[in-house]
Amino acid sequence: MVKTKREGSVIFSEYKRGEAIKAALEKKREDILLELRESKVKGRGGAGFPTATKWMVVAASTAEIKYVICNADEGEPGTFKDRVLLVDYPELVFDGMVVAGYTIGASRGIVYLRGEYEYIRKPLEDYLESMRKDNLLGKNILGKEGFDFDISIRMGSGAYVCGEETALIESLEGNRGEARNKPPYPVNTGFFGRPTVVNNVETLAAVSHIVVKGGDWFRQHGTDKSTGSKLFSISGDCELPGVYELPWGTKLSELLTLVGAKNTKAIQVGGASGICLNKTQFDRTLAYEDAATGGSIMIFNGSRNMVHILKNFMEFFVEESCGQCTPCRIGNVKLLEGVKMIESGEYTFDYIEKLMELGRTMQVSSKCGLGQSSPNPFISILENFKDEIFNGNGGYNG
Amino acid sequence: MDSRKDYRAPLSQQPLTIEKPTDLTAIGGTITVEINEKKVVVPLGTTILDACKMAGISIPTLCHHEDLCIAGVCRICVVEVEGMRTLQASCAFPITAPIKIKTSTSMVRKARRHIIDLMLSEHYGECYSCVRNGNCELQTLAKEYGVDNYTFGHVEKPRYEVDRSSYSVIRDMSKCILCKRCVRTCIDLQEVGVLESIGRGDATHISTFLEKPLSDVICINCGQCINRCPTAALRANDPSDEIWRAIDDPKKHVVIQTAPSPRAAICEEFGMEAGTSLTQELNTALKRIGFDKVFDTNFTADLTIIEEGTELVIRLYKALVGKDASVSLPQFTSCSPGWVKYLEHYYPEYLDNLSSAKSPQQMFGSLIKTFYAEKNGVDPADIVSVALMPCSAKKFECNRPEMVDSGYKDVDYGLTTREMAKMIKEAGINLPEMPKSHFDNPFGEASGAGLIFGATGGVMEAAIRTIVEFITGAKAEDVFANANVLDVRGFEGIKYMEIPLGDTFGPVPGLISHLVPNWDWLKGATLKVAVAHGTANAKKVMDDIKAGGKFSECHFIEFMACPGGCLGGGGQPIPTTPEIREKRAKAIYAEDESLELRKSHENPNVIKLYEEFLTEGPCSHLSHKLLHTHYLKRGKYII
Repeated sequence: MVKTKREGSVIFSEYKRGEAIKAALEKKREDILLELRESKVKGRGGAGFPTATKWMVVAASTAEIKYVICNADEGEPGTFKDRVLLVDYPELVFDGMVVAGYTIGASRGIVYLRGEYEYIRKPLEDYLESMRKDNLLGKNILGKEGFDFDISIRMGSGAYVCGEETALIESLEGNRGEARNKPPYPVNTGFFGRPTVVNNVETLAAVSHIVVKGGDWFRQHGTDKSTGSKLFSISGDCELPGVYELPWGTKLSELLTLVGAKNTKAIQVGGASGICLNKTQFDRTLAYEDAATGGSIMIFNGSRNMVHILKNFMEFFVEESCGQCTPCRIGNVKLLEGVKMIESGEYTFDYIEKLMELGRTMQVSSKCGLGQSSPNPFISILENFKDEIFNGNGGYNG
Repeated sequence: MDSRKDYRAPLSQQPLTIEKPTDLTAIGGTITVEINEKKVVVPLGTTILDACKMAGISIPTLCHHEDLCIAGVCRICVVEVEGMRTLQASCAFPITAPIKIKTSTSMVRKARRHIIDLMLSEHYGECYSCVRNGNCELQTLAKEYGVDNYTFGHVEKPRYEVDRSSYSVIRDMSKCILCKRCVRTCIDLQEVGVLESIGRGDATHISTFLEKPLSDVICINCGQCINRCPTAALRANDPSDEIWRAIDDPKKHVVIQTAPSPRAAICEEFGMEAGTSLTQELNTALKRIGFDKVFDTNFTADLTIIEEGTELVIRLYKALVGKDASVSLPQFTSCSPGWVKYLEHYYPEYLDNLSSAKSPQQMFGSLIKTFYAEKNGVDPADIVSVALMPCSAKKFECNRPEMVDSGYKDVDYGLTTREMAKMIKEAGINLPEMPKSHFDNPFGEASGAGLIFGATGGVMEAAIRTIVEFITGAKAEDVFANANVLDVRGFEGIKYMEIPLGDTFGPVPGLISHLVPNWDWLKGATLKVAVAHGTANAKKVMDDIKAGGKFSECHFIEFMACPGGCLGGGGQPIPTTPEIREKRAKAIYAEDESLELRKSHENPNVIKLYEEFLTEGPCSHLSHKLLHTHYLKRGKYII
């Protein structure tokens, strides 16, 4: 594969294979955890849980067997930055996994690779083999007595819900991909009941840099609450779609200029499960504390119909709900029905208001993140684009 | 929950294993939580649901069931926990920190109402044409939460075809609310695993392997799923219309045999406290409904003990004296048709261990259409034989093609406790107010040994009472206090007992004296027996036998498909909980203790039957023709 040179201050900054492993093995485990805490790095998958806290819980466990799982299920519509990392920067991801293994005391890492990424499995396997040859994987890694770690790749089967960490683990165990009850969290009771760290591809890549360059350096990028930078998968109505590394705190309007987007009407931040913003909100910043995203940014220009966009999202959730909990399984169907009513013009504001209420219930009562976030586009599109959608009907005040 | 550690259910459905502190006064042993601003002290790891129960606060539940592992899928039990963005399912949330809980905020009430509305929008059917009308958890919740319209619409057409293929269980998935209790019952409680959710999102539904009809998969008909279904998505195959037709037909001679467990449970259908025996009231009610004769299945339970006990003696004699290596030991009981089918599917290589004696229901069936018909001058072709059973598998059993030894279908209909209650109500009879009356002869009298067949360990206790007297010549009352064999009683999953036979023996009783000359060959022997209830426990015993463990050295093992034995059967009143089953058991054991006649071999009617009809004795040619059967190697692959 041709390696494209990308620009970025953190993830895409200079890195040599094995650097992080070498640096980590020279440190005490506690020091790595402290460094991570210093960096204030948060999970890059979207939920934004502090990585150091996650690792500390597992590191503190006295269990004999622990696991590191790399969540490469990248299923959120409009995100493709993990694929870029895996294809062009596998060293960052795999080194991050080895560092995690060393820090928390695990000897096995598993990459849960999105089913549709079957074609990159072989190159990744080859890459892992080359790491084994260089003793970056295997027994007594880089001469560190007693530190054994290896990575295997397992394929997903195309279910969106398996990006949710506990559903991912269920799937890995050979069960139906359904989210577990939490608590207990995977850090206590994870893969086959063992303490497990599940990290997004990009989080692990960030860790590799932090271990080499330090938490202080990492914190220099981004905002106070959102440290470092972020990979954004930018798609939709713009001249230069693709993967961009930008520091947290970047304004949406700056981003639009960067990618050459014109006549932009709406930005969907955070994929199908994210929120949709209108023109008046383009001065908002990309950050955990403002417009949070796992990386997906979809740009829609004036030619797009917001109801069609919403319908597309809701169809996706109706199909991708795992079907176990009531709010998500039936709630999404009802929301989609509502969108179709709006599309056909046969609706009452009263009923749409009821659906907005239902959406809010789904956000708090669904079992996992899927059902908790699937009403986001429904609520945000109907709220932020009510003038357009209800077309001067004037009565809707959702 | 019981203490099983090796659940087969996915981890997501298993309870969090936090060691419950034994010393609640120790630091960290308990946690003080605030529920609706009231302080409650609970043991560490208690779920919010249980904590609320302790505080006297009721939380609605649907997918939660006391017998089953956690699901946390219906979300009806959500509550607010301070500091958490989302509502938490109280059934699945173990308390490990001093949290503050609110159970009735606007957010909680709205969410619950929404969830009920959503379920109703996909729940097909109208309450008044539903078998669970008045005993439906969804209906109850709808009422509790004041549902007076279908906020999100209501499905007008069934989404799925009703599966009526099984003799025992009807599946109507259009009424399913996907609480997965049946799935958990089947795979985790019973370890059969016929049902699982398939499809995703809106298309999710509970189905069988390759979506085959229930009759074509390895369902054992135990009906435990029916007992735990909150709606009528699962129900028993009800023959009451056919029975009414027979009763209404003056040419038909309709007889009914009643098993011990329904009598101890039918009170629940009439709003009474569980554990009230209504045996004699039931006799009167059945007569008034129009049954020509009401018989006691306990009679053939006694007969089963003689036949099965004799079979055991023969097996032991052949193995120990004849050194016959082809004899299969331990001998398994065969009274539970769910267990029999389980063995046929899962361990077909052990069919020879299964006693060839029919179940009491089927023994009765063949006797009614032969012995009884002859004695009373009734044409067996006109007899309609009904069996009141606590069981859904009995419906399948009476339809097994080999069960026609009388020359007719031995038992025409298996009727469950629930269906019987419905018939009684339909006839305008208030059961608890009925005067008492006795069973009809010639099968009117039965022993307490037959009665306790209804509880797990009962068959074994009945057998022990008889076998010990047969062999040692001592009175069972002298060997066991009050003839109660306590070691095989109780709800422990697997029970094991050793009975040293000593070296003083009595003479061989006349009934079987032609089969064994004396008991000297049992000198110093120890009879080893075991009891397992629920097929999950049966599986453990079978796997142990396969591995040559302790149970492979047993001589006789009682297996019951249902948790608690027949009293927890799939035809019993809904709901079922460990507490209810315990009450039913108490009623059965109390009735046993109140009887004079407590040993099968002392039943004068049984003795008479061998004198008058089965003159060649137990396990003879005629007895084999009428009272014994054979089994089918089914395996797991059904074409």
